[in-house]
Parts: sequence; structure tokens; C-alpha cells
Amino acid sequence: MNNIINCLVENEPGVLARIVSMISGRGYNIQTLNVGPTQDNNVSKMTMVVPGDEHVIEQVVHQLSKQINVIEVVNMTNQRHMNRELILVRVASEDHASRIEIVDLATLFDAKVIAVQEDSVTLQMVGNQERICDFLRLLKPYHVIDISRSGVIAVCRESVDAGFEN
Amino acid sequence: MKKHLDKDKESNKERSGAQCVIDGLTSAGCEVLFGYPGGAVLDIFNCLYDAPFQFVLSRHEQGAVHMADGFARATGKTGCCLVTSGPGATNAVTGLATANMDGIPMVCISGQVPSAMIGNDAFQEADVVGITRPVTKHNFLVRSVEELPSVIAQAFHIASSGKPGPVVVDIPKDIQRQMTEATIPEAIEMRAYKPHVDFKKEDVHALAALINSSERPVLYVGGGAIAGDASAELLELAHKANIPVCTTLMGIGAFPEDDALALSMLGMHGAVAANYAVDKCDLLISAGARFDDRVTGKISEFAKNAKVVHIDIDRSAIGKSVRCDLGVEGYLKPVLESLIPMVDKADHKEWVDQTQRWKDRFPFAYPGGDDTIMPQFVIEQICAVSGGKATVVTDVGQNQMWAAQHFNYTRPRSFITSGGLGTMGFGLPAAIGAKFACPNDLVVCVTGDGGVQMNFQELVVAVEHKTPVVTVILNNGYLGMVRQWQEMFYDHRYSGVTLGQSKRQRMERIDEGREYLPNFIMLAEAHGACAKRIFKPEEVAPTLKEAFESGKSWVIECIVEPEANVFPMIPPGQAVEAMINRSV
Repeated sequence: MNNIINCLVENEPGVLARIVSMISGRGYNIQTLNVGPTQDNNVSKMTMVVPGDEHVIEQVVHQLSKQINVIEVVNMTNQRHMNRELILVRVASEDHASRIEIVDLATLFDAKVIAVQEDSVTLQMVGNQERICDFLRLLKPYHVIDISRSGVIAVCRESVDAGFEN
Repeated sequence: MKKHLDKDKESNKERSGAQCVIDGLTSAGCEVLFGYPGGAVLDIFNCLYDAPFQFVLSRHEQGAVHMADGFARATGKTGCCLVTSGPGATNAVTGLATANMDGIPMVCISGQVPSAMIGNDAFQEADVVGITRPVTKHNFLVRSVEELPSVIAQAFHIASSGKPGPVVVDIPKDIQRQMTEATIPEAIEMRAYKPHVDFKKEDVHALAALINSSERPVLYVGGGAIAGDASAELLELAHKANIPVCTTLMGIGAFPEDDALALSMLGMHGAVAANYAVDKCDLLISAGARFDDRVTGKISEFAKNAKVVHIDIDRSAIGKSVRCDLGVEGYLKPVLESLIPMVDKADHKEWVDQTQRWKDRFPFAYPGGDDTIMPQFVIEQICAVSGGKATVVTDVGQNQMWAAQHFNYTRPRSFITSGGLGTMGFGLPAAIGAKFACPNDLVVCVTGDGGVQMNFQELVVAVEHKTPVVTVILNNGYLGMVRQWQEMFYDHRYSGVTLGQSKRQRMERIDEGREYLPNFIMLAEAHGACAKRIFKPEEVAPTLKEAFESGKSWVIECIVEPEANVFPMIPPGQAVEAMINRSV
């Protein structure tokens, strides 16, 4: 099963490498990884999607927590949370009919058409993991030329991450 | 040169980065710094000239790191070493990984090319922070001279707190030369690193309840008990509830082996009694041990009848490989202090008697060697001749296992070995480091003819500093442990394990007349040590006695039974039922 892990780290050079090196050195797998600043200039948030059973995820959380620059690690999967991913996908559409179908599908998923070329349509979609999954599955019959995914980000619904000061 | 430095010091409160390094080490309590100079650390060596602590020049950076490691293991203090950029730092990597696996506190300072040249493939440049990241507890690349005093203080703090470990501080040459008024911080505040753990009272209550309701408890003690200085509490707990105690390789010395409750080492080459006890117990209390595969063998069969409790300061070690019925996260000593009053007095008579019968029936034994020296006999004699008081530092392989099995260890830090990484070449330099730490102790390095050649050059350090170490080489003409596995699991096909006797036939014994390669006696004497080669069992004790009493560095080459094996042995990945014990 996929777990979304949020990791607050000190915003210092080399921290990303430290985390990634630990993950790969210990043989864990990351599906997506997203890093960005937070409301605190000294803190960055890393969000990673890690496949694995409960035991593996527990180890990932502990090994992350053990890193000297890591402030807090939260397995979002165990929390009430919201997650989103942004995808940009360019789909081949060489005739009018297929373009209509693709745009139709996009509308159903609240995806936006952000570019149209003679032979392709580029779509932007934001959604949670499930919706992204469904959308991409339904796009499969068409020829997907290129796809870029931001990786999942997530926030807790209720309590604020305790790692922040104030 | 000296004058110039003094002038610098007096002129104002500004110090060079290099001076900050020396002051940081001094303030952290560094007594001996082991290292090797080079272009990128010249400024630090310049300041070292006036340092208030001793500097010891190794002959290879790996040796310097093992010495700092041996120093740390013998005392619990943070070992300190200093190497140059590029090859200096890469040579240190094995030593760092060794310390990291065993949780040894260490700070290693490395020089780096000037900041502006980093990434340009400059002369003697290596990405040291990148290379050492997976083999250290933490590392720093210093980015400004202003942060240097604080980084050094943080390095010592990280190295010595929580589960200890090595920390590398990589300092570009330009930063060593820049001046700063920055001072060492009085208190260390690290936002993301909070090593202090208050254990949960309810965990200790739960543990006490498990112990009080258990019929066949066993304590399984690891290196954490030594790092956490918890020997006295372990003894008290064991005696109060009459709990038999086995130790890991790293835990040897945490519990006195002459105690009636001591079961000695468990695991692959552990005592039969220790492994039987773990197999049959109904409660296994792990105290600062991490369930290494050399201990557990087949995980699903390990302590299969028992509830398993993990006490560890490292949260990630709890439940990592073996199921965990109760985890207690905390420093061992305060956990045990809090636990002991809650534990009922008990005698567990039937159970303790049972373990005693196993001990009586299956001691560490070995076949007699008529007139050949058995390697196990040498260890027994080291114990006897030193009155059990020697600090034994081992290399890796058969010599290490025999040293673990056949010496009666009664105090913490008296057995020093590379447990986790299993680093050949560790023994001699680590012994020298231990001797620097404890100059009044008798330090004996037990090594093999393979491992000793990996860092033989360091012998000269013991000689020149008059820090005498007695090195006992168990020369069987083989890389013995590998040979043993080839004998047992690869149909006697000895591949790449024969040392020093190229014309030697397989299975042939080494005789007196044979020419030795290398000639360890000449080699030792070339390094300024005394040396003797012995062949007969009756020569062992007198030679050891002579060496121990000489106050000089000695190399004793014992020509031992070439195909002696380490038993008992549980083949890798197997359970206790698969134990092979051809010891008699």
C-alpha cells in the first residue's frame, strides 16, 4: 500500500541528499517526492509517497526521524488528511472526434485544457491520488505523449504539524 | 613559526578557523588526536603545534581512525581524528563505517579544498560529505568560519549523545585561514536533534509485570549496556530476579562472565547454553542489543517461545528485525534504575538450574592438539597469565570468535572488537588507541596472520610512543574463517585463502622448518618491537609472561593448528536446532 509521509527538515544545504541517500541505502522505494518551503524560512517540507507494508513504513519513519536534520515525520496515511497532485499531460488527438472525447473526459475530471496543437491536447489536472489514478486510467486508450507529475502533497485536516515553532 | 602564532593570538580576539578547530577540540576534552597531515589541513597542523593535547601520527588514515575508535571504546570518551582532503578522507571511510556500525562516539575532522574550488575536480578533492554520509551518524561541510566553533561543538554533542556514532566535520582550506571572533557556544541548541529521551513509565511498569509473571526469563545484553554504562544495574536486576544473562559480541564485558547467571555470548558462535536459553525462554529482554543476523539466525525461529522486549535508545532498532511485544525507548541505565524496584525477588530455580546444566554439559571446548598449539589454548593462556586483567582487542574472523569465547571477561570495555562491520585490520591500531587511553592497562591484540597484515604499519606508533601493546598473531596460514566456511559449506574447496605458503599442499601442516611469508619476526623487529615465534603449547605461557612483563611492544607469532574451527556454529540463516558443535 502507498503511504504519504510528510517530513519537516531543516532548510540547509545537503538535507535532500541526506534523506534520499538514506532511503536508497536502506533499500526503500519512493514513488514521488516533493520538496518545498514552509511558513518558516528555516524549515522545508518533504512529502514522499512510499509503497510498503506497515513494518516497512514504520522503519522508514524511524530512520527518517533519526536523521539529525529532520524535525518531524508524520505518516499522513494514519491521519485525517487531504492530498493533491498536479499533473500535466499531453495527449495525441489527430482528429476532431478524439479531441472532443478527450475534452469531454477532462471536463468530467475538472481537468483544464491548457494548450491545443494540431495533433495534441495538453491537460492540467489537480486531484487526490485516487482521482489522478482514475483519470490516467481512462486516458489510456488515447495516446499519451508526455506526462509530468508534481508528486503528492498533503496536509492534515485538523491539528497543525507540531514541528513548527509558535 | 611559533612566534608568529603567539602574535596572532595576542593581537585581538580574532582567531583563525584552524585555531577554532584546536580550541573546539580542547574545549570538548580531546586528550589525544590521531591523524595524518596533508595539503588541505596544513593550517590546522600549524596550530596543532601549540595544542594542549597530544597528537599521534598514524601511518595510514585508516589506522588513525581505528586508534581514535579504540580510544573511545576503551574509555567511552569521544575519539578524535584528523585527516586531509581527498585520499586522506577516503582512507578514513572504513574506520568511520566501523565506528558507525558499533555506535562509537568519534569526531573526525577532514580538510577540504578551498570553497571556491569545490566541485572543480581540484587536486585531492573528494566529495567527503557525500562519501561519508551513509557511514556516519552525521557530517558537516563547514560553509563559513563564523559557524566553525559552533559546528565543532555540535559535532561532539551529536557524536556522544543518543546512540553514539562518528561525525565528520569537513573544513575547506580557505575557512581554516579566515579569521573570526566567533566563540564556542555555551549551550548547544539544535532544533531538529533532541537526543534526550524520557522513557515512558508505563512501559517500565509493563516490563516489570512481564518479568514478574515470567517463569523462564533471559536477559540479552548488547553493546548499548556498555555505551550506556549500565553494568551495575544489569547485575542488580539479574540477581534480584535471578535472570540468566547472555551477551552479544558487543555486549561482552557488560556482565561478568564469572557470575553464576552468566551464559556468555549467544548467536552464530555463541555458547550452547546461551542459545538454548534464548530458544526455550518465555521472556527475552533485550538490553541495548539490535538483533543482528549473527545473533538471530533464522528470524522466525528466534526466541520463538518468548515474549520479546526491546530496550533501546535508538527507536529505529526497536522491532526492526525481530517481533517486539514491548518496546521501551530510553537510555538503559535510568530504565533499569526505575525497573529494579518494581521487580519482585524471584529464584526461577528450575530454570536457572536448567541453564546451569547446559553450561556444565556444553562449555566452550576444543579438541586437544597433542604438540600443536590450539588457538583457543592461546586465548585461555592470555586470560590466565594476565590474571583475567588484560584488555583484549581483536581483529576479525576466527581469532575474534576464539577471543570472545575463551577469555573470562569480567569488566566493561575489556573486550574491544569490530562487531557490526567486521573490519579486518582493526585490531592492531584499535589496541594502540586503547593503550593511549588506558596507559596503565595491559592491552593485548589478538589477531590473525591475515588481519594483522592489513594495518601492520601502525605497530611503529606503539613503539615510538612507548605505548606497549602485545600483539598475539594466531598464525594458521589461512584466512581462517573464510577457510572454515569453504570447508563446511563449499566442499573443502579452499579458494584464495592460503597465506604465505605458496608451495604448500592442501591440508599440509606448517612445520618449524618452513619459510614464513611474511616473516613476522623480522617484520616486527623492523618496526622496533620485540618478537618471538612459538610452536609448542608449553611455550605459550612463558612467552606471554615475558611479553606482559617487559613493558615493551611485542609480537608473538603462535604457529597454530591450521584447520582449527570455531564451534559451536549455527550456520547462517538457520535456527538453533542446526547448531554444529564438533568442539570435542
